[in-house]
Amino acid sequence: LAPWIPVVGLEIHAQISSNSKLFSGSRVQFAAPPNSLVSFFDASLPGTLPVLNRRCVEAAVMTGLALNCSINKKSLFDRKHYFYADLPAGYQITQQRVPIAVNGSLSYSLCIDNKMSQMVTKTVRIKQIQLEQDSGKSLHDDTRCQTLVDLNRAGVGLMEVVMEPDMCCGEEAAAAVRELQLILQTLGSSQAVMAEGQLRVDANVSVHHPGEPYGVRTEVKNINSIRFLAKAVDYEIQRQIEELENGGTILNETRAFDSKLGCTVPMRDKEGKQDYRFMPEPNLPPLILYDAKSLPANMNHQQVINIDWIHERLPDLPSVKREKLVEQYGILPEHSFTLLNEDGLAEFFESVVKQTQMKPKKVIGWILNDLLSYLKQHSLTVKESPVSSFLLADLLNLLEKKEISSTAAKQVLAELWKGEGKTPLEIVKDQKLELLQDQKELEQICQAVIDGQENEVIMMVLG
Amino acid sequence: AALKAVLRSQVSAALKEGRVTPTELCQRCLALIKSTKFLNAYITVAEDTALKQAEESEERYKRGQPLGILDGIPVAVKDNFNTAGIETTCASNMLKGYISPYNATVVQKLLDHGAVLLGKTNLDEFAMGSGSTDGVFGPVRNPWSYSKQYKEKSVPKSHSEDEESNWVITGGSSGGSAAAVSSFTCFAALGSDTGGSTRNPAAHCGVVGLKPTYGLISRHGLIPLVNSMDVPGILTRCVDDAAVLLGSLAGHDPKDSTTIQDDFKPFELPNLTDVSKLSIGIPKEYHALGLSSEILALWSKAADLFKNAGAKVVEVSLPHTCYSIVCYHVLCTAEVASNMARFDGLEYGHRSDMKDSTESMYAATRREGFNDVVRGRILSGNYFLLKQNYEKYFVKAQKVRRLIANDFVKVFRSGVDVLLTPTTLSDAAPYTEFIQEDNRTRSAQDDILTQAANMAGLPAISVPTALSERGLPVGLQFIGRSFQEKQLLTVAKWFEKQVQFPVIQLEEVKRHESGVFQHQKSASFS
Repeated sequence: LAPWIPVVGLEIHAQISSNSKLFSGSRVQFAAPPNSLVSFFDASLPGTLPVLNRRCVEAAVMTGLALNCSINKKSLFDRKHYFYADLPAGYQITQQRVPIAVNGSLSYSLCIDNKMSQMVTKTVRIKQIQLEQDSGKSLHDDTRCQTLVDLNRAGVGLMEVVMEPDMCCGEEAAAAVRELQLILQTLGSSQAVMAEGQLRVDANVSVHHPGEPYGVRTEVKNINSIRFLAKAVDYEIQRQIEELENGGTILNETRAFDSKLGCTVPMRDKEGKQDYRFMPEPNLPPLILYDAKSLPANMNHQQVINIDWIHERLPDLPSVKREKLVEQYGILPEHSFTLLNEDGLAEFFESVVKQTQMKPKKVIGWILNDLLSYLKQHSLTVKESPVSSFLLADLLNLLEKKEISSTAAKQVLAELWKGEGKTPLEIVKDQKLELLQDQKELEQICQAVIDGQENEVIMMVLG
Repeated sequence: AALKAVLRSQVSAALKEGRVTPTELCQRCLALIKSTKFLNAYITVAEDTALKQAEESEERYKRGQPLGILDGIPVAVKDNFNTAGIETTCASNMLKGYISPYNATVVQKLLDHGAVLLGKTNLDEFAMGSGSTDGVFGPVRNPWSYSKQYKEKSVPKSHSEDEESNWVITGGSSGGSAAAVSSFTCFAALGSDTGGSTRNPAAHCGVVGLKPTYGLISRHGLIPLVNSMDVPGILTRCVDDAAVLLGSLAGHDPKDSTTIQDDFKPFELPNLTDVSKLSIGIPKEYHALGLSSEILALWSKAADLFKNAGAKVVEVSLPHTCYSIVCYHVLCTAEVASNMARFDGLEYGHRSDMKDSTESMYAATRREGFNDVVRGRILSGNYFLLKQNYEKYFVKAQKVRRLIANDFVKVFRSGVDVLLTPTTLSDAAPYTEFIQEDNRTRSAQDDILTQAANMAGLPAISVPTALSERGLPVGLQFIGRSFQEKQLLTVAKWFEKQVQFPVIQLEEVKRHESGVFQHQKSASFS
């Protein structure tokens, strides 16, 4: 049987973290009362016009730079037309002709064979990043045969990040998205929380035989978590392979991922192929961005964006942070991944290191094995940890000074989880876990033990 | 005579000096609106709010603190501008009963200057048309149909025929606004101009119609027809008044990203006496097919007027003029299709009772809400925007548009200051004759002399020139350089003074005169 090459590309919509929407001044807020954050423009009242939000442009530039893209100094806005209840104007303003950023790349890492110790770095090309409006939300009430429309989300700024089909499986897709998520969160350009709809991923999947052209691709939507992304992609790859091996064909269709059943199902395709009748947005002039070289002398700073200025102020990206952690603390690369993967964990680790004499290489074990597993067990975030970095450092210092054994330390830690406010030293004293350092005292104890077990000792001496 | 007066030089002075009060002025205008109801110029008359505004203005005058020349001046606004609390219909079933929660920027500016908003004027539905005959509230009648000048010249064809069937159109689509100004029910009115919609009715109704440079006046709150060509238009009884309105309306609006950032300085028009430094261009392509010999003669006479006064008058060429109609048709319908997509009955406006599905509700709503003209343009526009057609039509039209705009650039670069052309092909047609042809045909014919200025974004003004043989107004058009309204209006003002266009002799207005002023013979003096 000829081998199959799966091809996976991704279209990711990240909601921009900003106070107001992309083209209007209404507020951006998750879970507000329905239709409470809707300006006249968002409701498409006739005669209203779009006004571009500066912060959204900056977010897109930051993201483009972080993804090694070329930032287009001139980009354009277009109207994409279709009729739907959650699209009040009958069109979405997007960037179809010339988006704000193109030709970038994202590096991400995977464990081989699930062994954390073997990580490989892969790269996926970023085709482009474009600014566009989010739609409102419609809820279908089938019992009452009505649709309820909430326009709070209509007009919120989105960055659409298009990843080329350089990935080959669910794991790669998941890892790429996870890394993108971390980057966005580091930049602050998007909070990228999938559960709150701030990061939405659609996967494009196809399979083909080596040497043959790419197969027909399907688009998979309705993926609500990174875990489900991996599952959906892998399922779809499998489905396509089975279909083709059974002599069937793949339709160029949109499928939804059903997380309960763990499979993809065709979505109701009402209109067949849509012609979006793209047209330039006549109410928005071309978006012109400047760099240090092209910035005109007498420009009003409120009205311009300087790409170089933004570049200089980019925070350390996750990959850089990881390298620094490895270099500074001598920890393993895979450790740095775990540290960054958990919100606040790297900071916690660094805080403990600052407050203890124990070497970072040893501290990391306590962080990743003990602290993290406890948090995971109880579904707590680092912020919610009952054990602060101060307390943990305190404990590790006792261990480092050899005042307790490592077994005892684990016992103390277990007690600290209860969050009863006792210090490690207090717990050690309460439970009499002190290590004895006094030679004489130790001899006395040993002697007492031997004395108490006369028969066993004789047996031992006799061999 | 107070009503016939022209605001800048006469009425403002009268208000300041207390010879007439804002309330009196307002009441007289309202009464005149009532007695000229047969013109059908107004869709909504905002009597209560207008009187209130007039009272407030009066208070300010009493305190000696008027807001400016426009304080207390009754104005009217075309019904495609949003007015908070006052119905905005666009003469369409789609927006019947629609009360906007906000004022268009230009409306707000008028109110901030103390103007008294009398009401919303009639138009072709959604500003699509050149006759003001295709709105759901019926056609607008040209006040000149009832003028002594027209009646004297018209030969009744039979006994039974009276002025009822002989009335002529205002032109369009801002016919209501033009008629309102022409019949003295207000001192100035806002129109809109996308392909000539302010200048065309201005010419037919014997008033001044100014199309400003695109980007000078905010479109925020103007319900769009073609976003890349629309501008708010100004209709007044003399050029000086147009300059006053322009001064209060122009300038950057952060709510409209297509307005220029530069500061705008309102200006007073100088009294030009020496035109020897002026270069007037006569574009030969504007000798269009169908141009009446009468208007051709007037155009020629006007050119001679400038020449004899010492100006340089040259023939110029705008070679791509002949392509402008088709180009306009493609771009206009494409933008219309897009702009009308928001009318689905969901958020505001008419909603059909059809409940089977969202799609069927949308379809029924749009069929019920829009007239044939609007639906026709939407269908054409969507056709041109289809992926397979986009390059062939839309992109091609954009390129042709660039060529048309470049024609003007070249001509102005060659030293011409202002172009002189006819505004319309003939004087106003009788309604019965006008409706023989469909809207699209009429628009294509009537827009030919005006639409190129919209394609190029240039300022243009129609100035009433003379009466035709039928006793109806004929206007001539001046087209100027981008953002050079001062020069354009200065030339227009000089011309206006030379031609001394007659005042309309309307029975209705005579009845409303209260003899505050002496009889005025002309509509303008400075």
